[in-house]
Amino acid sequence: MTTVEAGVAGGVGTSPKRPDGGLKVRGEFAFSSDLWADDMLWGATLRSPHPHARIRGIDITAAVALPGVYAVLTHEDVPGAKRYGLEIVDQPVLAMGEVKYQGEPVAVVAADHPETARRAAARIVVDYEVLPAVTEASLGVLLRHVPIRTGDPDATADVVVTGEYQVGMQDQAFLGPESGLAVPAEDGGVDLYIATQWLHVDQKQVADCLGLPAEKVRLTLAGVGGAFGAREDLSMQVHASLLALHTGRPVKMVYGREESFFGHVHRHPATMWYEHGATRDGKLVYVKAKIVLDGGAYASSSTAVAANAATLGIGPYEVPNVVMDASVYYTNNPPCGAMRGFGAVQACFAYESQMDKLASALGLDPVEVRLRNAMTTGSRMPTGQIVEGPAPVADLLIRVRSAPPAPEGSGDLREMPGGVSNTTHGEGVVRGIGYGIGIKNVAFSEGFDDYATARVRLELIGGEPAVLVHTAAAEVGQGLVTVQAQIARTELGVERVTVATADTSVGSAGSSSASRQTYMTGGAVRAACQAVRAALLARVGGARLDGGKVLSDSGAVIADLASVIGDGPIEETVEWRHRPTYPLDPVTGQGNAHVQYAFAAHRATVDVDVELGLVRVVEIVTAQDVGKAVNPLAVEGQIHGGTAQGLGLALMEEIQMVDGIVRNPSFTDYLIPTILDMPPMKVDVLEMADPHSPYGLRGVGEPPTISSTPAVVAAVRAATGKALTRVPVRPEHIVG
Amino acid sequence: MDFLRPSTWDEALAAKAAHPDAVPIAGGTDVMVELNFDRRRPPALLDLTRVAPLTEWGTDGDLLRVGAGVSYRRIIEELGSRLPGLAMASRTVGSPQIRNRGTVGGNLGSASPAGDAHPPLLAAGALVELASVRGVRRVPVDGFFRGPKRSVLEPDELIAGFLVRPGGAQQFAKVGTRNAMVIAVCSFALSLSLETRSVGTGIGSAAPTPLRATEAEEFLSRELDWEARGPVPPSVAQRFGELVAAAASPIDDVRGTAAYRSHALSVLARRTLAWAWKGFREVGP
Amino acid sequence: MPELRLRINGEDHKADVAPQVSLLDVLREHLWLTGTKKGCDQGACGACTVLVDGRRIVSCLALAVQYEGREITTIEGVDHPLQEAFVRHDGLQCGYCTPGQICSAIGMLSEHAAGAPSAATEALAPEALTPAEIRERMSGNICRCGAYNGIAEAIQEVAS
Repeated sequence: MTTVEAGVAGGVGTSPKRPDGGLKVRGEFAFSSDLWADDMLWGATLRSPHPHARIRGIDITAAVALPGVYAVLTHEDVPGAKRYGLEIVDQPVLAMGEVKYQGEPVAVVAADHPETARRAAARIVVDYEVLPAVTEASLGVLLRHVPIRTGDPDATADVVVTGEYQVGMQDQAFLGPESGLAVPAEDGGVDLYIATQWLHVDQKQVADCLGLPAEKVRLTLAGVGGAFGAREDLSMQVHASLLALHTGRPVKMVYGREESFFGHVHRHPATMWYEHGATRDGKLVYVKAKIVLDGGAYASSSTAVAANAATLGIGPYEVPNVVMDASVYYTNNPPCGAMRGFGAVQACFAYESQMDKLASALGLDPVEVRLRNAMTTGSRMPTGQIVEGPAPVADLLIRVRSAPPAPEGSGDLREMPGGVSNTTHGEGVVRGIGYGIGIKNVAFSEGFDDYATARVRLELIGGEPAVLVHTAAAEVGQGLVTVQAQIARTELGVERVTVATADTSVGSAGSSSASRQTYMTGGAVRAACQAVRAALLARVGGARLDGGKVLSDSGAVIADLASVIGDGPIEETVEWRHRPTYPLDPVTGQGNAHVQYAFAAHRATVDVDVELGLVRVVEIVTAQDVGKAVNPLAVEGQIHGGTAQGLGLALMEEIQMVDGIVRNPSFTDYLIPTILDMPPMKVDVLEMADPHSPYGLRGVGEPPTISSTPAVVAAVRAATGKALTRVPVRPEHIVG
Repeated sequence: MDFLRPSTWDEALAAKAAHPDAVPIAGGTDVMVELNFDRRRPPALLDLTRVAPLTEWGTDGDLLRVGAGVSYRRIIEELGSRLPGLAMASRTVGSPQIRNRGTVGGNLGSASPAGDAHPPLLAAGALVELASVRGVRRVPVDGFFRGPKRSVLEPDELIAGFLVRPGGAQQFAKVGTRNAMVIAVCSFALSLSLETRSVGTGIGSAAPTPLRATEAEEFLSRELDWEARGPVPPSVAQRFGELVAAAASPIDDVRGTAAYRSHALSVLARRTLAWAWKGFREVGP
Repeated sequence: MPELRLRINGEDHKADVAPQVSLLDVLREHLWLTGTKKGCDQGACGACTVLVDGRRIVSCLALAVQYEGREITTIEGVDHPLQEAFVRHDGLQCGYCTPGQICSAIGMLSEHAAGAPSAATEALAPEALTPAEIRERMSGNICRCGAYNGIAEAIQEVAS
């Protein structure tokens, strides 16, 4: 690989200002909820109040009769496929004869005012015959079972620890609810402006449901107010498009917060049984585990979540003998799918809790027992896959352990658990420290044809070389637009780079999920830039590009970059793939399923009011290997943000369900961490290059979410002595 | 929907008499949630923000009289030393933005069992001043609440303000599952008066209404060593906590379990007692 | 329907709205000042924070008609060093909470300058804007992307 060492500012490894930053701090960045079109109508959705019911009839008469209403549509009005889905096409666009979860869309309305649309929806009369709801995963229909078998299933050990662990249903709770604008086009198609994570998978599903060819469904990325997995599935995409085509008018849909809780998938709740066997000196002999995931009413990405839980489910440890069964079931709970770290998050809480339990049983320090089992380069996963590239598990653990201890509290009320709510002046407050380390696969796995497309154009603008990068990759806040420009600067030595708005006029970039976009779309942009460079050099027979000059093999200047581009712009489009992955053997779970592994470790220090069960996280120290920090500031931002969401799962975040009914669909009762819950962090970023990835980088977004949860819970356990086998840990678990 | 906009108190009372189903609105931080979520479409809104006297506070004999429209921010900034319990509670209301707008009068009007201002008003033995074109009445706050979001306020009445005797040692503590911006899982306020040798309590979020723990008050006023202000025996603190918990009738809900609430109340009662009594012992009456 | 007259960012605006409409909905849906964001519509996230006569409020819980004659400042009318500081310190990712964070921080800085105690301050004397004090005073704005450390740093830089 020959990159340009032209010293151009704002390239790979630097932290240039994000191009969307100025717009965002001035309120000028157009989020999907901010869009507007002449003559626009507003859409609203009628949803099922029941987790399971037969629909005997839908009467829309009263809704249609309301002045200002332009359309009231049910499943009968869906012209194409009646169902969609990421992996399994099972989810109805609008309910057909049956609803399977509370919040399932039944009908949609377009009206000239949002309140009119909502009122019309409320006037639709649905005759439900309520049916029994299956709300316990183990009683549901099996969606996928992923077994993994390696070594001796009957292995025995000196020391055995067992445990049952549970993870509650977490919500992504992005601040910008689902929204978008569908505009009917003259060719009978639709232009959809939408906040999503993956334009092309939306395009395919929407086109199928509308009965249109893909080219008649054109998607443009609107500003995304956070994603975290919740925008990988469709929400209002088909609904708004249907209404737009039906009325011939642009239709905008914006979910409110309550509706948003019903409008997207959640993190799978999990119940996990683990048995760890080890020698007396703390070497793991075997792990037996059973993981049961609640997939909810429709499949979404459940099959991949189960595979992650299984393949990553013993953690970043060397274990010779593994019996693992991860299963996901259909229930009448809300559908569960992608959320940051999916599958790996749930398992990590269980296996890290087990490692602490093992340490305790052996009388070892919790970090020490991890160090004795830490995987490294060349280690063998329970799937048989050999871990290539750096796997600095021990190094990460040692780094977080050796960071200086958190400062002692000053006694200030603001630093106490509960803060100015004035619940303690120090009474009952006990400090605890806990550790966690996790493993995550980067990008798509199990033989999925995972690729990204980039189009790069090098041209003269005002006589100066300029680069236009165009991909369909979704900027969801992670800083992908910044990174794409950085890569183009580095590869082409041109400072002036524009990243075009993502849309479907260029090929798929794949999803902004699985910590994959800097790797994948970054890789595609780099490859396209290299193709542009090759074409440029070919024009004049040059050997390399340096400082805005084309040089020969001997280093002689052949031509000025600008003069070569003067002959006409150079544009290349490249479809770029990571190394292939392979399916898991359905019986043994063996296979090279993942392309890259990523690791992060956390140390959490907490003060717990052990009498009231209130927690303040005092400090979090983390170390993560990112291979190459393409944008160090953005890397740190991902680590902060991921850690915060893991902290939320540890201490407060849960969608509470009773008999299939969501009891807390609001920000007053679904609590997410505030600035007073998220402590200052010490972030230690390692850059140990992966030989197979662009610039050696490693996906960054998910690992911090995975290990922060067990670290925080371990710290609370250390302070309280309680077993705490369920997250989120609630005050009553601590005092109970 | 009508929008009524009186600029004087008399106009406000007349408007309420003429439109008894009008919903009064001051800071809006409670009412607007209902309107935004379409839970309520009253025939009229009665805007009280132009009625200047509602935003005033002053003395009334030996009582402090605070207008219903005084915001939490002003309680914290202007009345922190006179009404420390209420100021502490005000500090825990919503967010700084909400404290800039929300009022104690609005809290009383909503009569939510979780209203943060209620426990300190109960503990301090406040009077709520209710007015209508028929006249003015002052209702002891422990007789004000009638049920969840229900009070003795008549349809033609408005809350003019509240009156409270300043002084004494006051404490407030609120349990939430987050370190800011949280609705109370339960809360407790305590007021001790050396002068009258009396104990006041207020419990929030642990019964259909905010309420006093009267048995606990009587017990503690008997047991405290008012004369020498000697230390509170642990058994007395323990019993006080138990009696406070016993006064509540909490339920299980998304914010917490009944058992936890009872437990937490007893802890808060013991702790606030220790802090309030310590204040006496250190500072004197 | 009464005609509503609002003064926003130094300009007069008119809108015909129903009496129950929030200031946030007037800004976003009637005047197309969409810089102010709706996150929860119940005062629990802070995304809709605006300044009224220099004081921060959540516009979702503000009845629009109560704000006639007041000087309303939304993010569109803000020109403040905090904005660049947020970008420099990466105090944002998706940016949805950012307009509210910035308006809140401006209100917070002027509250502090005017000597207002924070929720935490026992004494009435204003405390120095330490990192802990900044967090205390910014606790009404949620950032789901978790950019809190950058937000606190950006405000700290501008405050000092």
